[in-house]
Amino acid sequence: MTAVEHRPANPAATSADRPIGFGRIQRKEDPRFVRGKGRYVDDIVLPGMLHGAILRSPVAHARLVSVDTTEALAHPKVHAVITGRDLEGLNLAWAPTLSADVQAVLATDKVRFQGQEVAFVVAEDRYAARDALELIDVEYEELPPVIDARRALDPGAPVIRDDLAGRTDNHVFDWEAGDAAETDAVFAAAEVVVAQEVVYPRVHPAPMETCGALADYDPVDGTLTLYETTQAPHAHRTLFAMVAGIPEHKIRVISPDIGGGFGNKVGIYPGYILAVVGSIVTGRPVKWMEDRSENLMSTSFARDYIMRGEIAATREGRILAVRTHVLADHGAFNATAQPTKYPAGFFSIFTGSYDLQAAHCAVTGVYTNKAPGGVAYACSFRVTEAVYLVERMVDVLAAELGMDPAELRLRNFIRPEQFPYRNKTGWEYDSGDYEPAMRKALEMAGYDELRREQAEKRARGELMGIGVSFFTETVGAGPRKHMDILGLGMNDGAEVRVHPTGKAVVRLSVQTQGQGHETTFAQILAEELGIPPEDIDVVHGDTDRTPFGLGTYGSRSTPVSGGAVALAARKVRDKARAIAAAMLETRPEDLEWEKGRWYVQGDPSAGRTIAEIALGAHGTVALPEGVDGNLDAEVTYDPPNLTFPFGAYVCVVDVDRGTGKVRVRRFVAVDDCGTRINPMIIEGQVHGGLADGVGMALMEFIGFDEQGNCLGGSFMDYLIPTAMEVPDWETGHTVTPSPHHPIGAKGIGESATVGSPPAVVNAVVDALAPLGVRHMDMPCTPARVWAAMQGRATPPI
Amino acid sequence: MQVPAPFEYARATSVADALELLERHGPEARVLAGGHSLLPMMKLRLARPDWLIDLGDLAELRHLIRDGDWLRVGALTTHADLLASAQVGRLLPIVHDAERVIADPVVRNRGTIGGSLGQADPAEDLSTVCDVLRARVVITGRAGERVIGMEEFHRGPYETACEQHELITEVRFPVRPRSGSAYEKVERRVGDWAVAAAGAALVLADDGTIADASIGLTALGLSGLATDAAAVLLGTHPSEEVFAEAGRLAAAASSPVEDQRGPVDYKRHLAEELTRRVLRSAAERAGAGALTAVQGG
Repeated sequence: MTAVEHRPANPAATSADRPIGFGRIQRKEDPRFVRGKGRYVDDIVLPGMLHGAILRSPVAHARLVSVDTTEALAHPKVHAVITGRDLEGLNLAWAPTLSADVQAVLATDKVRFQGQEVAFVVAEDRYAARDALELIDVEYEELPPVIDARRALDPGAPVIRDDLAGRTDNHVFDWEAGDAAETDAVFAAAEVVVAQEVVYPRVHPAPMETCGALADYDPVDGTLTLYETTQAPHAHRTLFAMVAGIPEHKIRVISPDIGGGFGNKVGIYPGYILAVVGSIVTGRPVKWMEDRSENLMSTSFARDYIMRGEIAATREGRILAVRTHVLADHGAFNATAQPTKYPAGFFSIFTGSYDLQAAHCAVTGVYTNKAPGGVAYACSFRVTEAVYLVERMVDVLAAELGMDPAELRLRNFIRPEQFPYRNKTGWEYDSGDYEPAMRKALEMAGYDELRREQAEKRARGELMGIGVSFFTETVGAGPRKHMDILGLGMNDGAEVRVHPTGKAVVRLSVQTQGQGHETTFAQILAEELGIPPEDIDVVHGDTDRTPFGLGTYGSRSTPVSGGAVALAARKVRDKARAIAAAMLETRPEDLEWEKGRWYVQGDPSAGRTIAEIALGAHGTVALPEGVDGNLDAEVTYDPPNLTFPFGAYVCVVDVDRGTGKVRVRRFVAVDDCGTRINPMIIEGQVHGGLADGVGMALMEFIGFDEQGNCLGGSFMDYLIPTAMEVPDWETGHTVTPSPHHPIGAKGIGESATVGSPPAVVNAVVDALAPLGVRHMDMPCTPARVWAAMQGRATPPI
Repeated sequence: MQVPAPFEYARATSVADALELLERHGPEARVLAGGHSLLPMMKLRLARPDWLIDLGDLAELRHLIRDGDWLRVGALTTHADLLASAQVGRLLPIVHDAERVIADPVVRNRGTIGGSLGQADPAEDLSTVCDVLRARVVITGRAGERVIGMEEFHRGPYETACEQHELITEVRFPVRPRSGSAYEKVERRVGDWAVAAAGAALVLADDGTIADASIGLTALGLSGLATDAAAVLLGTHPSEEVFAEAGRLAAAASSPVEDQRGPVDYKRHLAEELTRRVLRSAAERAGAGALTAVQGG
């Protein structure tokens, strides 16, 4: 405690000036986390609980000849061994994915990626379960694997998904957006066209807490209680009801504290289903927690987009059009989480922040013998890939034109008067004011001075780079008429109750994984009703205690559930007005609202606080006609549009000419997420996303060898950045509220992850520009940077 | 959670007790001297000892003693102990260079010099440091001690002269006047194993020429010292030219293999680049004047 006392006073820590509503307050959930009192799935222990472990395929592609479990079953501590054949009998060997494909729960016919689930052991403890895996004898007949996505559609390529009737190739889907003919015409007439292949390699969310589940099936009343690491408890419950045949009202999904999700915990993994099957089979609770290697090798990866980009412009630097063809590696099963109509997510936002004449993108998805997924890593449904492509292409164009990349962006921004702006692939950008954000970032960075320093260093042969990126996201999915996942509309609910003493509870369908929901949503309610945030309990992560909704991913919590909470609070406020009028013996329309209180127009002393009104509502006040005796409300919010956060980032790097080592010296991030609810939480989200971005740009990569062995299966090989690789973040903001959102908020969860990789890579390429480098792909490891310096930059895949 | 295969555990109370336990439990016993290589391998089930003999209580093996022209370091001295010692930093700056880039503080708090040498990972930084400093290793068996040089201690990747029934008990570093040493490593990220690293030590004669030189490489497929590279330095005045030549010879002596950290040509380039860099630092620390200026990396 002494160390803390020497630190300057944190305004957020003092209750006297703590805002009732929006503003900088410390997170309500943090005391339990900083004291080690968080309660994660693996902390939960039930009486009689058994432990599961999964046997995984050591090879990428093989026919499953036999699975002999005799010896494992003979292990004295083993209670059950489940194989794909056992599941076939229960019609559970295959489960639907979030993209309407199917995924093997346990392999029956073939294994299709290294790490695929083959058998499940249930034992007294996790040591015995793991020991028993070694007693299972599996015979594989190896098949040639498809590892290189570029070869997946070759005639004669091995067919991975021969489980699908009539399937003769590895094609998953073709999808396009924009007008191809119009775009081609603009390109044909353009003065300048540049093309570049840009690869966003496979990376992994790597949350600190790996995935797991604890299933407790009660054979007497047929209820299933399932503790899960999930970002979407309600969606999981509905899908479990559909898959496992347990009636939905008999299933309770509890998502306790979650140690990071980043999209990794959206899907339903075989392990979750196996824990349920294990509990049904043994009649006891069964816990399954994957280890780090299982998480990295088998759960949802992210990206894996090979993008051929082209950009057309005038010589003066007017950008006219962009087009791209993308080869998307979806792994062995198409398990990506995207709204149904968007198999490539919201990739068509690749037009970026620029006012274009035309745009067209086409995406081809393919199967390979790699882990399935693709949902993940704070990608806001492929916006990450889209922004990376366009921001890299703009820099390639700037190099071609000999123009400053910041200036080129400033010349081409959508202008403020053009909002709401309909882009060439059909999105309606809700609001934006790009130039001030860009100018602010450049000013904070001291851009002109940096360029002067760079010129001096270049004269001395030193390599310094300045990278700029400007991004626009499309988040907050979404309007139910356009967006659903497996037929479930992408809406979310909120329930507000004000207790008789004026304290309140708000119940949410979204699920925090560290974002600070317990604080942010209390602040939204506080802002609307004037109840202090500390008097508001935020309940989430338990299907028995919260309303239905699709959960937290794609930066949708504030845009969707935030809207639901604000609207529910306004219902409460309207109801409070009617009750206050009855209490004050006046008419509702004669009352004025100030935060936390209704009072009589012209007589501010005559009023009732929310707490007084709540007591009145539950008390003996004679209620007006049609008003019942509570201050409760619920709303399921169907957003009219998505929200479009944006930002301007500047990154400064130094590259060691002798070793290729990149050091990120500075990073300036100016974000505009509309109305700011809690600036401290926003900054935290931005800091985390920036670290993510630096990690992806410099080191993160899930690679495979030619046999399909995963080369990123541990933290020794899959590198995530530490405090030593990142600079002190310099953050700033502008505020351009969303015109359609109830409080004008746009969402901030993924902005920095989306915006930072191009800034870092642009900086690295800028540093190498004197050596003639115009592009290099992530990850910018020392060896890869050195190769680029020798004129031998290669794609990572 | 990754869990190891079943094993038995014993906690040694003295060096003699540890040797007795090793003998009693036979070839499938392993000593625990920090455990930051062994335990992860056990959790991945890549190592499956029947017995773990924990040396953690042997305070007698945790010391740093200046003894005439030698610095004696007990085998259980941790990386953090070495890094915290001003004496080590002053006398053997290469040790601090290396320790600053070995793993992270958590590992350095537990990992030991004896454990590192015993593990003999080809990417292990302290092995190169001990090579370069011409350290001697004390190996204790039930019959007594023997003291051997690093060239004899090293038998190849993961293999040393310390037999199954013996313990590394001490590492002895010669302390030499007018000497300087340095280490530099390229890693993909803090805490990662080396992509490549180089270490060098120089001793200057009274006339400022190089009286002794040693150059070692880490993760570059060189066992022992780069003797040809060091030989060209002897009798010369420290200069960019002669360091560049030594760098070229060190690269020629290396035989790196391609892996996720980089291809062969890059690693060979690093052998040259890092050798030059550490020679410059070592010369400066030995008290050499400004080097003749030649444009370098």
